Amino acid sequence: MNVDRRQFLRTSTVAGTGLIIGMHILPRGRVWAAAPGAPPGPLPDPNAFLRIGNDGGVTVLIAHSEMGQGIWTTMAMLIAEELGCDWSTMRVEHAPAAPAYAHTSFGVQMTGGSSSTWSEFDRYRQAGAMARDMLIRAAAKRWKVPAIRCRVDSGHVITGRRKLGFGELAEAAQKLAPPAEARLKNPRDWKIIGKPTRRLDSPEKVAGRARFGMDIRLPGMLTALVARSPVFGGKVRSFRADRARAVPGVRKVVRIPSGVAVVADHFWAAKLGRDALAIQWDEGPGAQLDTEKMRGQHRELARKPGAVASGAGDVEAGLRGAARTIEADYEFPYLAHAPMEPLNCTVRLSAGRCEVWTGTQFQTMDQKTAAEIAGLKPEQVEIHTAFLGGGFGRRATTTSDFVAEAVHVVKAARLGVPIKVVWTREDDIRGGYYRPMWTHHLRVGLGANGRPVAWRQTIVGQSILEGTPFGAAMIKGGVDGTSVEGAADSPYVKAVAHHLVDLHSPKSPIPVLWWRSVGHTHTAFVMETFIDELAHAAGKDPLAYRRQLLRGHGRHLGVLELAAAKAGWGKPLPRGRFRGLAVHESFGSFVAEVAEVSVSGAGVRVHRVVCAVDCGICVNPLGVRAQLESAVAFGLTAALHGELTIKAGRVQQSNFHDYPILRMSEMPEVEVHIAKSREKSGGVGEVGTPPVAPAVANALFAATGKRFRRLPFRLEAS
Amino acid sequence: MKLRVNGKDHDVAAPSDMPLLWVLRDLLGLTGTKYGCGMAQCGACTVHIDGHAVRSCVLPVAAVGGRAVTTIEGLSAEASHPVQLAWIEADVVQCGYCQPGQIMGAAALIAARPDPTDDDIDAALSGNICRCGTYLRIRAAVKRAAELSRRKA
Repeated sequence: MNVDRRQFLRTSTVAGTGLIIGMHILPRGRVWAAAPGAPPGPLPDPNAFLRIGNDGGVTVLIAHSEMGQGIWTTMAMLIAEELGCDWSTMRVEHAPAAPAYAHTSFGVQMTGGSSSTWSEFDRYRQAGAMARDMLIRAAAKRWKVPAIRCRVDSGHVITGRRKLGFGELAEAAQKLAPPAEARLKNPRDWKIIGKPTRRLDSPEKVAGRARFGMDIRLPGMLTALVARSPVFGGKVRSFRADRARAVPGVRKVVRIPSGVAVVADHFWAAKLGRDALAIQWDEGPGAQLDTEKMRGQHRELARKPGAVASGAGDVEAGLRGAARTIEADYEFPYLAHAPMEPLNCTVRLSAGRCEVWTGTQFQTMDQKTAAEIAGLKPEQVEIHTAFLGGGFGRRATTTSDFVAEAVHVVKAARLGVPIKVVWTREDDIRGGYYRPMWTHHLRVGLGANGRPVAWRQTIVGQSILEGTPFGAAMIKGGVDGTSVEGAADSPYVKAVAHHLVDLHSPKSPIPVLWWRSVGHTHTAFVMETFIDELAHAAGKDPLAYRRQLLRGHGRHLGVLELAAAKAGWGKPLPRGRFRGLAVHESFGSFVAEVAEVSVSGAGVRVHRVVCAVDCGICVNPLGVRAQLESAVAFGLTAALHGELTIKAGRVQQSNFHDYPILRMSEMPEVEVHIAKSREKSGGVGEVGTPPVAPAVANALFAATGKRFRRLPFRLEAS
Repeated sequence: MKLRVNGKDHDVAAPSDMPLLWVLRDLLGLTGTKYGCGMAQCGACTVHIDGHAVRSCVLPVAAVGGRAVTTIEGLSAEASHPVQLAWIEADVVQCGYCQPGQIMGAAALIAARPDPTDDDIDAALSGNICRCGTYLRIRAAVKRAAELSRRKA
């Protein structure tokens, strides 16, 4: 733990709950623009990260949301490592929304950016260590021995042959002054960090007992569906509330800012009621939207100079002096996150109080937004975070769209009961907040030795941060850093004496958002397939060429060599199979992947993906493997299937039949190799996604001799 | 109308075209069965009817008749079904939302085929989408569950 961090510590006695450890660490490097540098609000009471019950049970409150990434287990491991508790007694709960749970770097309570583990690595270990210190002192006092002669093991404090359970000590420990700072274990003595550990949320999830937002049931609760404009930005002109009300079970039909809500006894009645609304819309300019036309506009823009994201030397002179130049265009479509659990939010309004139950990645924003709509102060809004049936970014919007809408529904309905607003799958696919459509145009000059001497890259796509509270801090000189991450800062580009990466951020009424691995979803594809193309042009093996260009980038090279060795790079393959590789850094981690593919007719089959990851200190190898497997599936879904198109303002896809997700029969074998590392932990949840599509594209080039520069892959059209 | 779920008889007041899924979730409070697509595309809503895996999101409740419905809550006591045990052992779940449907599909598969091949698993479970991409662990867990079942038998 860094001693320069100001730190507030508070313990509090709550009848029957034993020891509560809570602390607040002022975040460094805030990126939140709402209150730059402002001191945190008063600490909530109890401000707890950890509770030890009088029965010895340990409950960890996690400031982040469990959406599949396994943070439920990772945070508990960090506490347990220092606390020395009995792992079988660990329980986990989502923390409420409160300033104490703000992200240690971001300054707001949110889960994203593959940041939970590294941002909490000190705070949760420190909480465990403080509790250990207090339990030991309590025991030492009771035994009248020096604390130094006591140790902890499996939920007990031990000295000599005497031992006391944590539960027996919790009350006494509570009365002691907390240490200003407890000493953390030497990494050599870690027993839990680095040990493959099964998930703590499995038992309830396999039993069907886990509560997702969708599963919330409250006394008197009704269910609502909202009819939203089929065109982005459209407004309701008229609707037939009487027809909806004629459906048995429909209780109320109300107009809200986003459309018309039908409130009913249950989902089915709400759906039939919504179907009966016969809404006339004022579609507005959104009705002109057409992704085919936008593709053309993007391509034109990509040939004009944009805002400079990264530059050095004189790129045009460099290009003129090059032995040869290669030019290429890349295109990526809009994508929906399509988490398995469609969006939903349950709200109860009462005098001076608003309660929200939902699976969310962004509690601070939800609380603030709900408060504004309900006419309350943020602290009068309680956010109950349920398990998230997938997030991938969709459950963190700076508008808190699905929470805001539910508060509007409850406020407008004035029924005095809680209401759960449920999105259908169609609502989800057509509801916006997409990964933006992207276009890249590259002109790169090669020297006589086959290495790039001039690099000109123009990127076109909507900014996901413009107009949000993150914009002020994260858009600089007209460049949204998330639009160019992975390209502007690429080690390939930085090494070229003459380079220029610039950006156009056209505006559109289509809401856009971060989507698992954000800018890297397109930049990694461009960089890694283009480098492959350059290797081919230089007559070099793709691995050997990368080795040359990445000299001095040890962690890139480390995973590249590891993946190549494990995949048998350069060794013969069965007839009809081909390999491709890619390496990319994102969110502080480094991943290389080697894909093995075959092609038959118009079909691509990915047989095997070998991943090597360097994520710094690896807290849970079992969880890291799971995330890499998951990321491969997520990236393949986009590469093989993912595409949203819009015509006459209408999203043309609606459900899994026309927006397909990778299925069991398409899943390749995935091998994950974790590089040994003492570096600070990097991200894990997103980092396996960027390299998979380019690795497959490079294997497809090996198979077909064709370059695939548009996703999803279209074998027949290339 | 009468409905037999997890060995218990229920009297439900539901319109006859209401899908079984919503009767289970909204009227009977059995929320373990999930809504994912509403058109039998994702398998999150899979339940057993007389032991067969069925997509409850497109099955009108009136079509169930007197047949026995089993949901994830009724698959076993204390999540002790070999499929559930294997799922925990293989650390399958991530977000977990699709898993009740996957588990019901897998349980029906190994009941019908005690030693399923990869092709059997593909055929039985390719209708179940997992957005987290836990397919490899599902495949391993199905084989492990089959082994546990055979050992028990």
